[in-house]
Amino acid sequence: MYRYDEFDHTLVSERVSQFKGQVARRLSGDLTEEQFRPLRLMNGLYLQLHAYMLRVAIPYGTLSSTQMRMLAHIADKYDRGYGHFTTRQNIQYNWPSLDQTPNILDELASVEMHAIQTSGNCIRNVTSDQYAGVAADEIEDPRVYCEIIRQWSTLHPEFSFLPRKFKIAVTGASTDRAATRVHDIGLQMVRGSEGEVGFKVIVGGGLGRTPIIGPTIREFLPKKHLLSYLEAVLRVYNQLGRRDNIYKARIKILVQSAGAEEFAAQVEEEWAHIRDGYLQLPQSEINRIRSYFAPPDYEILPAIDAEHALKMSEVPEFASWVERNAVAHRQPGYAIVNISLKPIGGIPGDATVAQMEIVADLAARYGLDEIRVTHEQNLVLPNVKQAELFAVWQKLAQSDLATPNLGLVSDIIACPGLDYCNLANARSIPVAQNISERFRDLERQHDIGDLKIKISGCINACGHHHVGNIGILGVDKKGVEFYQITLGGRADDGAALGDIIGPAFSYEDVVDAVETIIETYLAHRESDELFNDTYARIGPQPFKEKLYAAH
Amino acid sequence: MPLIKNDQLVDDPWYVLDDEGAASVSDDADIVVSYERWTKDRESLVSRNGRLGVKLSSDQPPSLIEDDLKHLDLVAVEFPRFTDGRGFSYARLLRERYGFTGEVRAVGHWFRDQMVFLQRCGIDAFEADEDRALVEWSEAQREISVVYQPAADDRSWVSRMRSSASRTARYQAAE
Ligand code: SF4
Repeated sequence: MYRYDEFDHTLVSERVSQFKGQVARRLSGDLTEEQFRPLRLMNGLYLQLHAYMLRVAIPYGTLSSTQMRMLAHIADKYDRGYGHFTTRQNIQYNWPSLDQTPNILDELASVEMHAIQTSGNCIRNVTSDQYAGVAADEIEDPRVYCEIIRQWSTLHPEFSFLPRKFKIAVTGASTDRAATRVHDIGLQMVRGSEGEVGFKVIVGGGLGRTPIIGPTIREFLPKKHLLSYLEAVLRVYNQLGRRDNIYKARIKILVQSAGAEEFAAQVEEEWAHIRDGYLQLPQSEINRIRSYFAPPDYEILPAIDAEHALKMSEVPEFASWVERNAVAHRQPGYAIVNISLKPIGGIPGDATVAQMEIVADLAARYGLDEIRVTHEQNLVLPNVKQAELFAVWQKLAQSDLATPNLGLVSDIIACPGLDYCNLANARSIPVAQNISERFRDLERQHDIGDLKIKISGCINACGHHHVGNIGILGVDKKGVEFYQITLGGRADDGAALGDIIGPAFSYEDVVDAVETIIETYLAHRESDELFNDTYARIGPQPFKEKLYAAH
Repeated sequence: MPLIKNDQLVDDPWYVLDDEGAASVSDDADIVVSYERWTKDRESLVSRNGRLGVKLSSDQPPSLIEDDLKHLDLVAVEFPRFTDGRGFSYARLLRERYGFTGEVRAVGHWFRDQMVFLQRCGIDAFEADEDRALVEWSEAQREISVVYQPAADDRSWVSRMRSSASRTARYQAAE
């Protein structure tokens, strides 16, 4: 994992003092709320429906056990005993008080964490593949470049007042687990013609009101030019992105209106001026940062542990958890463990103080001290010995963290919605809970198989509903909550946006509608076809007929 | 309106000319005109004795005046709202792309906590209407001592300091 050096420490602690000063100016009335707003936003502090919300950055979703323990401590001391992991691999606290936030930031700084640029119209926390560094299909660990981007973008003097927020995702694997095609910039590590590693650059994807699968504007970017090329993209956007209409201000609108080719040409033109300048990445700096992400000292172990195999045959519950939630590791004898934050009927992404502490303990004891946060709002222990899976499972199960539902219908992504968010049209969390309850029978879930349900409480699409196999969007109809359903979306390699199936459903009817969709899928499924494949084959008509027959 | 320049609060020696006229301004006065006026009255403006500045509004990129910079001693970059960050790029382009060494002034709406960013982008004069501005300016200067990226100022950024630190370390180790 990356460790701060003196420079990183200095910046974060100075930033905390700066924010302390800003809060003091606000509390003394020196700053009005209007003046304070941009300042608090630059530090991840939102004013929500009921209280302030603090969003803490978890750069590229990687945490140590010490950091996780600190997150638990903050939830305990300054909040109501829980935190909420988000689709941006961050954590949000929903109830801090304004005067305490500098103390929270102080405590975070002590474990090399911060809330810098988790909101505002700037370059946000960079996200990545939750299996970075341990995935079998990886070209290189993308976190090295995430960290380089994190540093370059931190308090960037030119790009802190962009037309709109700006999100970058990086993946190093052939399977895209970072949803790079729906980010402002998506970077995929690829090999060039001579086998050298660089990036494919995708610009202008995104969800929200105008969902767009981002086009590729450069097939291959050598690593040393990473920052100058990003700077060129941002500079074009900062000058030409729309500022007259908040809904048209994201870079995707600029790329669409100019055309991807024309936009790429503008970037190349800007880049030509700066590519050989100061931003060229010295190999020494790449190496320095890479050394922090060097693989841990794995033990040489047999591919199959005999004791583990025995437990698998003896304890069916354990076996079903391993089959669902554990993933092949590239090191023989190790496994990647997914910890579901989606217990049946629970709030997606919420974790209590006790749960965070358990995860921290397990990471320290069995997981080479590493934890990941996924954009699907679960946690990961990326380095667990096969022989210790049983012990880990037992501990997780005691804390309601072992639901074997990774990727199943109850593994739902949901935004905070009307329970917290002042932009919401409708509740998301209770819809997720109701769906989860409806399908509480795990055998039924396994029978349905992989299926992604994603729920947003408004068109801003924080719950990524456009790329859910079943997407649910809260809309407001004359002051009443309704839910529009889309089918056939996906966020991975074959990224696609779902199609609206028909008129929206009421809060009372939406769970029935989801069940009807799933029953229709099962009735038409051929062998082990996935939901999207059946949908692509039979089209929307059979679903429409069932859904709207009675209406 | 007074100015913050070189860490001091000073009187503004420049006279802002509106688009219509003010023929009464003496030939020796230093004047700032809009880009529109500059394109219209270029000949007569260049033949004056006084120094000349051009103000760019936020949708006028400095590429428009790239070839004119040799006639200018000042470029004013407008911030119509503090959220409109185009001027940050314009200032950097003026300094880094076009090598402009005259005054680059921020006019319009920006707030204390943006001053260091503006300065890093190459702005060296700020219109300031309160005495407090100078205090705020010096406070803001001291808040963050570390920068992670090169810009139009002469501060050394972290990755460069790291590599020179490791060079020194290697050097010392070799001794
Ligand atoms: S999608 Fe809408 S309701 Fe949900 S968190 Fe985002 S802004 Fe709020």
